[in-house]
Amino acid sequence: MEKRKELTVSAIENGTVIDHIPADKVFQVVKILGLEKVSNPVYFGTNVESKKYGTKGFIKVSNKYFELEDVNKIALVAPTASIIEIKDFEVIKKQTVSIPERIEHIVKCFNPNCVTNKEHDVPTKFTVIKDAQGNIKLHCHYCEKNTTQDKLEFI
Amino acid sequence: MSISLKNRSLISISDYTPEEICHVLDIAEDFEKNPHQNLLNGRIIASLFFEPSTRTRLSFETAIQLLGGNVIGFSSTAGTSIQKGESLADTITMVASYADLIVMRNPIEGSARFASEVSKVPVINAGDGANQHPTQCMLDLYSIRKTQGTLENLEITLVGDLKYGRTVHSLVEAMCNFNAKFNLVSPVELKLPSVVKQHIKDRNLEYHQYTELEDAIPHSDIIYMTRIQRERFPDPEEYEKVKNSYVLRNAMLENSKPNCRVLHPLPRVNEIHVDVDANPKAYYFQQAQNGVYARQALIASILGLK
Repeated sequence: MEKRKELTVSAIENGTVIDHIPADKVFQVVKILGLEKVSNPVYFGTNVESKKYGTKGFIKVSNKYFELEDVNKIALVAPTASIIEIKDFEVIKKQTVSIPERIEHIVKCFNPNCVTNKEHDVPTKFTVIKDAQGNIKLHCHYCEKNTTQDKLEFI
Repeated sequence: MSISLKNRSLISISDYTPEEICHVLDIAEDFEKNPHQNLLNGRIIASLFFEPSTRTRLSFETAIQLLGGNVIGFSSTAGTSIQKGESLADTITMVASYADLIVMRNPIEGSARFASEVSKVPVINAGDGANQHPTQCMLDLYSIRKTQGTLENLEITLVGDLKYGRTVHSLVEAMCNFNAKFNLVSPVELKLPSVVKQHIKDRNLEYHQYTELEDAIPHSDIIYMTRIQRERFPDPEEYEKVKNSYVLRNAMLENSKPNCRVLHPLPRVNEIHVDVDANPKAYYFQQAQNGVYARQALIASILGLK
């Protein structure tokens, strides 16, 4: 019932709801997904009360469904986010994002001397390393340096 | 179980298992006894040096000639199409159609891995910037095994620039496979990076950090000296502060173990005083010579000739 109440705030007929985004990451998710450039109606909220996380943010995008690659991008900054697909005002699919073991083509390597930054058309490839505290590092397949979360830059 | 390294590029020392590394060292031993073996029989090896190198390039080219092969390539990018803006992918694709194997040094980190993905022939990384230099590691391992009779259970003292020295990082990673104990001697500014230290911790191996070199010498099997590299310091003042941190002198080896040997990837500046050179424990010049046998072994194995 509670889910229904939340959706009625600005229910979308068709599209995607990205929920449980950390409150301070909403604008970053908007940017990563390039939502400032889309012509679809986009609604978002931040610092919304969340039973699970205290506060959260959400984004609702009408008439748009995301590819796996886009979901991966979200997982890097908002690992707690869930992706809810809506059709005719009904939830047809809900999934929690998970950080993949490998990240390709999405994030830049922080090392300016890495071949992916020096040569054109060398796509980035990383293995995701997660430490005991849950911090993420991306190990570059090419230069073997680790890009930490605070240095993440999306392509 | 027979080991074959045919068509296996060598980009990082961790690309090969400890068994495969020992297999290469066995072959190198054979080449040391009998260096002239016409195994390549006119095959063509490309030697692409995008930046200057003395030992690595010369020892590769010596190794190729001892194996009866021919060398094509360049020792700097001057006058090549790279200066005209050709991409690395295009250069490698073209060269791979001329040669049976590519040996490449390039200052761009990760360039060797990328080249191995583009090339239809195997690639040996002869150094990619501050990243990897696996053939140096192979000759270091060869020198350690030759002087100690084993790679197992040794105490290795690493001295100098442990932060930026890529040979140190590869050697630590490789020696972690052989139950080594590490003594780390460096200025605070040039400590071994935590990501490399993690390899030691992951294997539950022992390591100690020293500020005085003298404290580590008496129990060392290998003393691996490194140059503090001026080019790594953006601030010349910082370099001046640490450049003379550790200088090994002959008298300091007085209490060293009889089997102790001093290694250095060379070139040295002043971190090993010339009075050490005459000491039978000084092994750095033989170490450089071993580079030829180690590289012969790699070329022959990767081309499936050994």
